[in-house]
Amino acid sequence: MKKFSSLLHNLILTPSRNTKIKLLQDYFKILDINRAYALAILSDQLSFQFIKASKLRELVYEQVDQHLFDYSYDYVGDLAETISLIWPTNKEGKSQNLSTLIENIKKIKKSEINTEFSKVLSELSNNERWTLIKICTGGLRIGVSERLVKTALADLYNKSVNEIEEIWHGLEFPYENLFQWLKNETSKPKIDFKKLFHPMMLANPIDEEKDFKRLDANEFQAEYKWDGIRVQLMVSSNSVSLYSRTGDNISSAFPEIIETTKGDAVIDGELLVGGNFKPSGFNDLQQRLNRKKASKDLQKKFPVFIRAYDILFYKGKDLRKLSLVERRKYLEKFQKENTTNQIDLSTIINFSTWEELNTYKNNFYDDLNEGVMIKLKNSEYLPGRKKGYWYKWKKNPKLVDAILMYAQRGHGKRSSYYSDFTFGVWEENELVPIGKAYSGYTDKELLVLDKFIRNNTTNKFGPVREVKKEIILEVAFDDVFPSTRHKSGVAMRFPRIHRIRWDKPINEVLSIKEFKKEFKID
Amino acid sequence: MDFINHQLFIKDINVHIDPILPKKTAIITHGHADHARFGHDHVIATRQTIDIMKIRYGDKCAKKFTPLRYGQKYSIKNFDFTLYPAGHILGSAQVLIEKNNHRLVITGDYKVGKDETCKNFKLVKCDTLITEATFGLPIFQHPDPKDEIQKLIRSVKINKKNCHIVGAYALGKAQRVMNLLSQQKYNETIYIHGSLEKLCQYYSKEKINIGKFEKVSSKDKSFYEGKIIIAPPSALKDRWSRRFPNPIICMASGWMTVKQRAKQRGIELPLVISDHSDWNELLDTIKKSKAKNILITHGQEDALVYYCKKQNLVSKPLSIQGRNDEEIE
Repeated sequence: MKKFSSLLHNLILTPSRNTKIKLLQDYFKILDINRAYALAILSDQLSFQFIKASKLRELVYEQVDQHLFDYSYDYVGDLAETISLIWPTNKEGKSQNLSTLIENIKKIKKSEINTEFSKVLSELSNNERWTLIKICTGGLRIGVSERLVKTALADLYNKSVNEIEEIWHGLEFPYENLFQWLKNETSKPKIDFKKLFHPMMLANPIDEEKDFKRLDANEFQAEYKWDGIRVQLMVSSNSVSLYSRTGDNISSAFPEIIETTKGDAVIDGELLVGGNFKPSGFNDLQQRLNRKKASKDLQKKFPVFIRAYDILFYKGKDLRKLSLVERRKYLEKFQKENTTNQIDLSTIINFSTWEELNTYKNNFYDDLNEGVMIKLKNSEYLPGRKKGYWYKWKKNPKLVDAILMYAQRGHGKRSSYYSDFTFGVWEENELVPIGKAYSGYTDKELLVLDKFIRNNTTNKFGPVREVKKEIILEVAFDDVFPSTRHKSGVAMRFPRIHRIRWDKPINEVLSIKEFKKEFKID
Repeated sequence: MDFINHQLFIKDINVHIDPILPKKTAIITHGHADHARFGHDHVIATRQTIDIMKIRYGDKCAKKFTPLRYGQKYSIKNFDFTLYPAGHILGSAQVLIEKNNHRLVITGDYKVGKDETCKNFKLVKCDTLITEATFGLPIFQHPDPKDEIQKLIRSVKINKKNCHIVGAYALGKAQRVMNLLSQQKYNETIYIHGSLEKLCQYYSKEKINIGKFEKVSSKDKSFYEGKIIIAPPSALKDRWSRRFPNPIICMASGWMTVKQRAKQRGIELPLVISDHSDWNELLDTIKKSKAKNILITHGQEDALVYYCKKQNLVSKPLSIQGRNDEEIE
């Protein structure tokens, strides 16, 4: 555990990619079972069923005064680090192996977690405690992507990272077949590709100035970019399963799709809510997300369908090396076999110039799509975000000027700064908050805002600071919906700070009535 | 206690403690720039603090200087002032103010832990305590500075082709790091940024062991391989640091407790070496001072105010103008 926790400590503090790779490789050179645990942790595949963030908070409140913890957490901005630092220090116990420690924790019964896991935490050093809590909460955020871990492994054993990528989702802990193949002791692990989630092909945002000058419109086709969730549908004669973009199996939440789809294929598409293939917006889709099951009632009220973009396998045939245009023919075949209410095809937009496409992007269906996808006609299906094949071109965002009301310190890399901003518009002579944003500003703007907040705090509510009402933020957002949860009656989708409006006096900001009228709410 | 206001100003006799702007009479706790300023009429401080002010701002940075020994009483009308060691940096002092049997202590910046570069902190019992709270959160529990300096020495041994640039405040922290290195038997020459030279010479003159040192000069790049260089934090990001071979950026500060902060500043080797008290030392000082009235100045005052109130002590934050609430030392 000592060795692994100092690896994480060094990784988080090392800015250089090459040094990170070297640190990882030095660790992976150890030849025992610990490296398998390390690989599982670094790729976010290890977690403890009963120990999540809420449990950890419960445990730390047993050890220290809740207010003192909250003040500290607000300052540090990272749960694992706050708990590891504030935890009362005992005599360190005997140092344990990473693998032994993990297995011992897995053995703890649910009823004994409070005493037993607290004991474990007490016996670790500060840095080990930080590491263990990071493992519990998942998502290490130490500046090391899964891809970098694979790259380090590939380079260490002279393999290509794409080869690892291909079989990755078919591998299982403790990855013995992977390590044996890496060391050339066996051939590449055989994976049943039909049962395997395939990493999706993703798009890069288009750079309007640079890209349109160098890209030939004739070599591309376009489709609308839908605001649902990206899914992979795996259909075979005996089973149908649905995966999210990250490879989570979400089949049980969408029984109507699982029950009605037929054939033998792997499909890439967008899951949307709406009847008769008419999407009804992300707000409705949210009613179906994050649920393990969907009642008949819910299925009726919020019907779902898949708008198919692409096909990876058809009747056992791997189509990924074919061109997009070729694959589309197979996709159409598959769709003909599935004339249910659950699957339709993404429309292909015909255009001959980028200007023409621009009109499609901004006009079509008004609010229901997010813009367009631009895809190279002869692109293979490549996992990840490869450059030069697929692009996304988002609609111009909606903009509103609002007044900065409250601020809070951010988390992670922005943890010392007041970087979470709540802003509002007028309601009579008072302000009513309409949203909260923690991105979009430049580093310079953040420094200015941070300084303003520190010098102009009028009130503190725990970690939240109320500030003098004099800064106007131009907020960009994708959409706005009616909401019963917020006092203002509106909820924004993906609000971010576009710029600071130094030029505008605060009495020129809209009232909530005018805001609702402008964006057609209620 | 009403005789002093939230700006640490005693109106009855027109005396300020650590004022930001030029004043008639200023009692200065120590030489750091957020406490010791240029342009007062009359400065009252320890001899070392006065020396340091003169080094930094010139001999005429005040019209008149009154040096006080630790423990020596100085009276203005019915107010008695006494300076006691604060253990923060060379010359640093706490100020005891006595009036009509009321004892008020302004700690200034202080640390309880041992430090060979200055006189160690002395606890002064009082009725009212005005304490700093730079590290006033329970997450701050400073480790043994010897262990931290060993991390640096180990890294120097392992990374022979790199040089280590240690960010440390020019006054106090830099010399403490040099002293700790020397204590831990690091006998190589330590290279220092030009802005540290006069202060280092002064520490040496005051017979404080800070080892062998030399100002960085334009030598061959490879000369600095395997060497330790000490520079003010502002120089770490500067073009200045580019002249060195494969630098490993280090920083000696209590803030380095928090990895996220170290990361934000691009510090690869954080050294948790602080010249301020940590949480437990703050609580301990408050308790042992026997003060019933606790005022808390710059730093993380919220948590400390909360803690004092829980102990049935009268407590409130004291916001002193001109002090940012973070990252001063």
